[in-house]
Amino acid sequence: MKVNYEERANVLQVIFIIIGIIFVIRLFFLQIIDSSYKNSANNNVLRYTTDYPGRGLIYDRNNELMVCNEAAYDLMIIPKDLKKDFDTLSFCSMINIDINDFRTRLDKAKKFSRYKGSVFEAQISKEDYASIQEKMYKYKGFYFRLRTIRKYIKPIAAHVFGYIGEVNQSIIDKDNDKYYKAGDYVGIAGIEKQYEQELRGSKGLKILMADALNRDKGSYKNGEYDIAPVSGSNLYSGLDYALQEYGEKLMENKRGSVVAIDPSTGEILALISVPSYDPNLLVGRTRTKNYKLLQDDPNKPLFNRALKAKYPPGSTFKLINALIGLQERAITFSTTYPCSRGFHYGGLNVGCHEHNSPLDLEGSIIHSCNAYYCKAFGAILNKYKTDRDGYIVWRNYVTKFGFGNKFNSDIPNHSSGFVPKAEYYDKRYGKNGWKWLTVISLAIGQGELGITPLQLANMSAIIANRGYYITPHLIKKIGNKVPNKEYLVKHYTGISKIYFDKVADAMYNVVEGGTGMGGKINGISVCGKTGTAQNPHGKDHSIFVAFAPKDNPKISISVFVENAGFGATWAVPIASLMIEKYLNDTVLRKDLEDRMFKPIP
Amino acid sequence: MSYIKDKRKKIIIGNVSNQLIIIYTLLVLFGWVNIYAANFDNNSTAIIDFSRNAGKQIIWIGLAGFFAIFILLIDSRFFSIFSYPVYIIIMLSLIAVIFVGKEVAGSRSWFQIGSFALQPAEFGKFATSLALSKYLSATNIRFEEFKTRIIATIIIIIPFLLILLQNDTGSALVYGFFIFVFYREGLSGNILIIGVLLAFMLTLSLIVNKYIIISCLAVVTLYFVYYTRRFKKDRILFIFAFVLSASLLLSFDYIYNNVLKTHHRDRIEVLFGKKVDEKGAGYNVIQSKIAIGSGGVIGKGFLEGTQTKYNFVPEQSTDFIFCTVGEEYGFLGSSIVVILFIYLIVQIISLSERQRSPFSRIYGYCVAVIIFAHFVINIAMAIGLLPVIGIPLPFFSYGGSSLLSFTILLFVFIKQTGDKHEII
Repeated sequence: MKVNYEERANVLQVIFIIIGIIFVIRLFFLQIIDSSYKNSANNNVLRYTTDYPGRGLIYDRNNELMVCNEAAYDLMIIPKDLKKDFDTLSFCSMINIDINDFRTRLDKAKKFSRYKGSVFEAQISKEDYASIQEKMYKYKGFYFRLRTIRKYIKPIAAHVFGYIGEVNQSIIDKDNDKYYKAGDYVGIAGIEKQYEQELRGSKGLKILMADALNRDKGSYKNGEYDIAPVSGSNLYSGLDYALQEYGEKLMENKRGSVVAIDPSTGEILALISVPSYDPNLLVGRTRTKNYKLLQDDPNKPLFNRALKAKYPPGSTFKLINALIGLQERAITFSTTYPCSRGFHYGGLNVGCHEHNSPLDLEGSIIHSCNAYYCKAFGAILNKYKTDRDGYIVWRNYVTKFGFGNKFNSDIPNHSSGFVPKAEYYDKRYGKNGWKWLTVISLAIGQGELGITPLQLANMSAIIANRGYYITPHLIKKIGNKVPNKEYLVKHYTGISKIYFDKVADAMYNVVEGGTGMGGKINGISVCGKTGTAQNPHGKDHSIFVAFAPKDNPKISISVFVENAGFGATWAVPIASLMIEKYLNDTVLRKDLEDRMFKPIP
Repeated sequence: MSYIKDKRKKIIIGNVSNQLIIIYTLLVLFGWVNIYAANFDNNSTAIIDFSRNAGKQIIWIGLAGFFAIFILLIDSRFFSIFSYPVYIIIMLSLIAVIFVGKEVAGSRSWFQIGSFALQPAEFGKFATSLALSKYLSATNIRFEEFKTRIIATIIIIIPFLLILLQNDTGSALVYGFFIFVFYREGLSGNILIIGVLLAFMLTLSLIVNKYIIISCLAVVTLYFVYYTRRFKKDRILFIFAFVLSASLLLSFDYIYNNVLKTHHRDRIEVLFGKKVDEKGAGYNVIQSKIAIGSGGVIGKGFLEGTQTKYNFVPEQSTDFIFCTVGEEYGFLGSSIVVILFIYLIVQIISLSERQRSPFSRIYGYCVAVIIFAHFVINIAMAIGLLPVIGIPLPFFSYGGSSLLSFTILLFVFIKQTGDKHEII
């Protein structure tokens, strides 16, 4: 039987065509339906590297550079490139870590990626880099990446600038813009934190290509998709760098604070809190270690007294009570009160020192009479139906001076201080259980009052301005623009200028012939008021507030020297020297200066 | 009347032959473009650089062209007359290479001649095709006879075993595809079906436990034995089939675990997802799929494939050349290549059927199934449908032996289809 197999040609052809169709379908799925391969191809070849922008610089009011950037080097590791004969011991001793630390870091890097670089040791200084770089050829798998770290030109103003540090997970989680990635730096305190957005600029992105062996193959599509980094904005501070330095020198070996403000603008000229530290300690790879040391220091150098310490303002507060009394017509310029070494009422005694009696308003300021202000305070509160009503009016004036409130300002993390509300006393003594006598300590700036040195400097600025203040602030310009419209607004206290003129005159006489005589400067009309804050823990705190010149004032200042006794001994000369330095640029009173440089005996 | 019909047929054949030559040329040239891309190096952009693959391939293409023209010029009876001598010479060289060959990646299958290497296994397919066609086309041979089938099988088995001895599993596998030629010449279609079913069963045994499969087979067999209890003969057949497939399964299991090398097993297990190994055995396949998959609809363009350019796919100018097409020319480019191959193969079969001489017809079938075997294995591997088996894509892959042997294979067939006046 002869069989014809020709039709089998068709069978085979159909089989082959079906296989071809299967291939095309498979290709369709691989190439068109499934898009994951595109990502995989990109993951293979593209290396996304961050291009870090330079952080903004910070200048002082005279355009002197205060904060800049310096090259530092991150030591990077690519685990797969480590050779078998890697000399771990010598490597560890070179970068000064122990061998267990080496292993943990290596494991961490491996976990991240065997092929991509990760940071092994961050921010190695220029100097260390130079000595390590020479030996790097021995250690394949490691390389350096250039970063910048902060450089604070002088070892001062640590509390103003704050510091930057690596972002932690909680910052990354809270960051709505998704800007921060692990390993980025962020301002953690001070101006660095306050102006983080402006200072950081924006990161750039470089897309590089690498082949199968992870060798560099240049930039992807000639950099078409790269993003150039944008440098951070430069900040222009109102700070006077030289004055700040001088103030820190004066305050050396003491505890306390100095805050100086330009009353006409609200710009902070100096913000000093001692003990302090060198801001460069909290930079680079020693930051964590140094931070711990500072944190454990019993002198609490990290605590910013100028902004956070709440002191009773002592006699300096009499100025406020004088002004409120005048505005409330509870007293007049010519009201006199007698003083018999204090204020005695029933069983209550508020002592006073030896001075002429009776005194009028000006005399009471010059001689800082306690009795006068106890009586004046009584007169203010007694004007109203109840003392409580009077107290509410009084407190309202006090808050207008910026006490008991925070400023809407760039001053980081400052305290609102404490001026008790009427409810505070209600709670303590019962709604009708307290009278003006109960809270009489407030008359002389003692009692529950908690005032920060910043607030007191601002009070001085208000008197200097004869009735208003501009919110104190640290940065006057970012690039070319004013950071906050608030800094153009005058905040009035609701007390007439004529009363301020009178108080200013009295303050002038305090320095000319009263308790603040040590503050007198030839050729400069200084106005001031001493204070002594009682301190349950030891010697009283010495306080002085001042402004100068009397007319058209350029500087107002508050000085707190803790445990230094009467205001006149330490706080007055320091404030006076600061004023002289700021207004005359050079200090002629070298003897006084030398005495102040020395520690409190 | 019959004259006109004959004339027209000749013209058609002439046209089809010309089509084959055009497709051949297209594949060779497009192949070269992809070899160039796969070896592209920014530092050396010269097109003719004989130290590089693309440059060497130009020499091979020139040589292949020379051979093609030479074949078209000599008498078409030459190859049918010298079939056996060619076969014997090539078989001897396959034996010789085992002893004097250069070892490359575990396979001893190359003759080193100066800076060029020749792989006799590539020519084995051509020689086997000639010998098989010569034997089966002899006037006294009838394929229905058992003896004929045995001898034909021996002609195929000899090179198959020799190549297996050289450790070149991929090339050896191609010889299995001659079963399609047998089918055309009269082998029962049932054997093809049984073959497919067995292959399915054995593949299944890689995924499912073999004893479960045997149990299932037993149940099916019992059912049929019961159902067909009136016909004793059928019962015996079913039981025989069961015993055969069960023992095949068990021996396959033994071969899989004891005869196959670890890297073969790895490649197979990677294919079935039993083993995930991105850096080892699975690396090639993953990178190959990434290259092809990332090509999208129209591809990334000439020299723009990052997988290709930066050497993510190993062996890219030879076994994985299809990746370059997939990545740089996308779905469009790779589909066109698939269609060209299928069209070429289908046309060769059509053309074979029109041959008057059985030698030409059988030889044509051999050519078709060999090209098909390479095409299927190579592309299925590149797109992850088969385990990694290293064989070249005909006309396309880099390599002189492959290009020359496929050129000779094809042009000998073209020569058989007509006389030179009509095709050149």
